[in-house]
Amino acid sequence: MYAQLVETGLSKVQSIAEMGEEEQKFQARIDAGVKIEAKDWMPEAYRKTLIRQISQHAHSEIVGQLPEGNWVTRAPTLERKSILLAKIQDEAGHGLYLYSAAETLGVSRDDLLAALHSGKAKYSSIFNYPTLSWADMGAIGWLVDGSAIINQIPLCRCSYGPYARAMVRVCKEESFHARQGYDIMMSLAKGTPEQKAMAQDALNRWWWPSLMMFGPSDAESVNSAQSAQWRIKLFSNDELRQRMVDQTVPQAEYLGLTIPDPDLKFNAETGHYEFGEIDWSEFHNVLKGNGPCNSDRLRTRVKAYEGGQWFRDALGAYADKQAAKAQAA
Amino acid sequence: MSKEWPLWEVFIRSQHGLAHKHVGSLHASDAEMAVNNARDVYTRRNEGVSIWVVRAADIVASSPADKGALFEPANSKVYRHPTFFPMPEEVKNL
Repeated sequence: MYAQLVETGLSKVQSIAEMGEEEQKFQARIDAGVKIEAKDWMPEAYRKTLIRQISQHAHSEIVGQLPEGNWVTRAPTLERKSILLAKIQDEAGHGLYLYSAAETLGVSRDDLLAALHSGKAKYSSIFNYPTLSWADMGAIGWLVDGSAIINQIPLCRCSYGPYARAMVRVCKEESFHARQGYDIMMSLAKGTPEQKAMAQDALNRWWWPSLMMFGPSDAESVNSAQSAQWRIKLFSNDELRQRMVDQTVPQAEYLGLTIPDPDLKFNAETGHYEFGEIDWSEFHNVLKGNGPCNSDRLRTRVKAYEGGQWFRDALGAYADKQAAKAQAA
Repeated sequence: MSKEWPLWEVFIRSQHGLAHKHVGSLHASDAEMAVNNARDVYTRRNEGVSIWVVRAADIVASSPADKGALFEPANSKVYRHPTFFPMPEEVKNL
């Protein structure tokens, strides 16, 4: 999930009896499947939670460009390079759709970016891992974008109109990302023994962090229960993670690669794969800022933003000058 | 401290013959840049043949609170829909 552990600021799920008249009407609209739009009345906690969730999602798209940017100059062919550039450009686009959706809730773009750059706002844990080989471009598209799709498809039906509409656009483009990743994995898996070993190594390193993307079990979480009531979270973390494992294991089998989990087995009765324990201490550690690339990612972002300041200022000054000229004429 | 670029709403016409449709918004320093950015953000896959950009601040919108007063008068006028008038089976082309 691109948004992990989103706080609602509430200590218990709001019951109908605790809601004021406005809020009861609001909840009734959500229960009836009516979309909430920017200018509609909404509880402050709903607005704030959405700002957190959407901006975290946007930041993930923007920071998510960095691990892939690492391989643009070293893509194995011109075609692979063009595809990778197109994918990275899409990620920038996804970030922009989402920032715009967040802005409809009354927060400014500059505030959102400042929160990212100061380290106050979170982004997905997955982007704090290094991309060590070309096979990682395959593994990221296949596993990370694959997981993102599983998370994002339900969000196309979420209660907040601008977020739902942004998700529809994102999902349309995301399947290109997953497929190009699997295509890289297929080439490597069918290649030389060294290439196949490279693909297996990438799968070994990205498998567990990809399962962690969905976040820890939230069966007991007040935040998740409240978000479910607001219909900005439609399935539990465990349900989405199970979906990811169920669809990915056969894809790995096709590639002739081994999922790095000795406990993985198919349960014929449930029709689902059972998988081993996830090391949640690693997840929490990465979230706290101690992952392999946290400081590097943030430093790169801040450097790009500050380095572009003079250019943005110049464009602003030019626009002001043109506007003044037009006024005088 | 530099000021934030204004917000622009983007409208795209997907094919000749169809109306422009709102697709989203973006920030740009001026109109020319807004069109260029809209091209990059909203038409990477041949989604459009024409782009309109409008400063978000220049859009006048109806207020959700006025919804009743604005739209309720139409509710009672079902006769404006052709289905209000049932036609006999044997009468054709109506």
